[in-house]
Amino acid sequence: MNFLYDPVGFLAEWLRGLLSTWGIPDVWITFMLFLVGAGLLATGAMVLVVFLIWGERKVIGRVQDRFGPNRVGPWGIFQTFADLLKIFTKEYITPTGVDIVSYNLAPILAVASVLMVWAVIPFSITFYGTDFNAAVLYIMAVGSIGEVGVVMAGWGSNNKYAMLAAFRAVAQLISYEVPMVLSLVLPVMFAGSMSLVGIVQSQPVWNIFLAPLGAIVFLISSIAEVGRAPFDLTESESELVAGFNIEYSGLKFGMFYVADFLHAFTISLLFATFFLGGWQGPGAAQFPFLGFVYYVLKTGCVYFLTVLMRAALPRFRIDQMMDLNWKFLTPLSLVLVMLSALVYKILPKNMVFLQVIVMVVLNVLVYVVADWLLNYYEKRNPRPAVVNELRPMARFPYAVAQSSSVSKKAREG
Amino acid sequence: MAVIQIVFILVAVVTIISAGMVVSVRSMVHAALWLVLALLGVAALFALLQVRFFPVVQVLVYIGAIATLIIVAVMLTRQVMQDVGSQLNSNWWLAAFVSVTLFIGMVWALSNWPGMMTTTRAVPPGGEDIVAFGKALTDPAGFVIPFEVASVLLLGALIGAIFLATERKEKQG
Repeated sequence: MNFLYDPVGFLAEWLRGLLSTWGIPDVWITFMLFLVGAGLLATGAMVLVVFLIWGERKVIGRVQDRFGPNRVGPWGIFQTFADLLKIFTKEYITPTGVDIVSYNLAPILAVASVLMVWAVIPFSITFYGTDFNAAVLYIMAVGSIGEVGVVMAGWGSNNKYAMLAAFRAVAQLISYEVPMVLSLVLPVMFAGSMSLVGIVQSQPVWNIFLAPLGAIVFLISSIAEVGRAPFDLTESESELVAGFNIEYSGLKFGMFYVADFLHAFTISLLFATFFLGGWQGPGAAQFPFLGFVYYVLKTGCVYFLTVLMRAALPRFRIDQMMDLNWKFLTPLSLVLVMLSALVYKILPKNMVFLQVIVMVVLNVLVYVVADWLLNYYEKRNPRPAVVNELRPMARFPYAVAQSSSVSKKAREG
Repeated sequence: MAVIQIVFILVAVVTIISAGMVVSVRSMVHAALWLVLALLGVAALFALLQVRFFPVVQVLVYIGAIATLIIVAVMLTRQVMQDVGSQLNSNWWLAAFVSVTLFIGMVWALSNWPGMMTTTRAVPPGGEDIVAFGKALTDPAGFVIPFEVASVLLLGALIGAIFLATERKEKQG
């Protein structure tokens, strides 16, 4: 029955026992188990992307009153496999004058920087890659490797548009790291630990009830880190040809594509870990597999939310995006961190209900004040319009008058 | 020779070679990318000492900043980010003399320092104690003054950079 309660731990123990009967020293067994685990986790993540792409196309299709993919297999579920086959057999086009090392290394770094995050995520009470006391910093550090990948792709492509797009993308990524780190300070503070396992274990009460505003800031800034709508101005498929990955084709482009979807799912995993209690739930400590199910459900809800946001919201302009970050999210999260630290320290530790009420009231107050300040600022300095003056033809009454005069002329003539 | 020593030597060689490439390659962007490798090597050295916090901070602070550095390098250098002409000027022997003397002096001073030969304490299996580290940074008996001085220095650099970068409007008018 052990297998049903905790499949991963059971298999690992079984493999360890098998290897030690073969006479392999303990150090090497641990090494091989980590190697196998890392390989399986990475492969599982990549396979998951196949279904994520299908699911996302299906959901967005429904939002836009279409069917989405529905031809290949039941409910179109094999559509992504067909796309995969196509992308595997496509030609690699390498433009002349590329910087060969950075051009080829960039897609690998893009995928690797996302996959490396999975090493520290606790999927259930027994199922996690590794647990160490700087895991939150590790997540941010690994993200910065992805930024280097973006710059390498932009510069290595020998294309000015790719390079400009890479500059814009890096400006966005670096800027939104600030409110993201600041909002991550809140769960770290409540848990008193920077290890993800510790943070999950400290959440019988989900952190989202202690820091709802921090959760929203984290969600917004992590969507900006991924670069999806409404922050997809690095890609903006309806305005530019493509972003920093314009010169990539075949599987190299596919790796950027996979990294994009995997990153979107990873931020949902992180949101569920930091703010929705990870695998915590009734009975999850006794039955690790149940914890895994809870975790997948929570992550699925967050991912569905991000997909809906992608489908529903229009794209920001670059100045609006920077304003949102530097003039709203960053000051807001700074104030929130300071006030939360102060109030949380004062509150008695054993009265959970009081803690939740006071923290929610505090967050609402901070939000109301921030909203009032924003409105006040907006009224005093209205945002300058960048739209050109309306051309006479486009104005409604004029256009009607003219079209009616034209039709009158046509009748007369 | 234990496995960990072989790994140490490999990492050290990669770090030193890439540090040399940083100052010798002609393309600015390549120099920055070699710098990434050198700093990763330093992070790996920290990891070989079995600390967990410092390699992560090394990657976060330095490699995260490299992306910005590359952009600044690309924006500020002329032509195709490749400098032409000699990399040395007529004073190269003086610089070499000063740096070699400085290096020998530092090695000599450090070898006379009694703390040089003490072995470090082993890191406990759960990783080093970050809480103690954080408390030491805010403790008056610990490192609060160096910490605050460094913060003020960085703040000064930030304000100075903003001052230099802003266009002053009264001069234009």
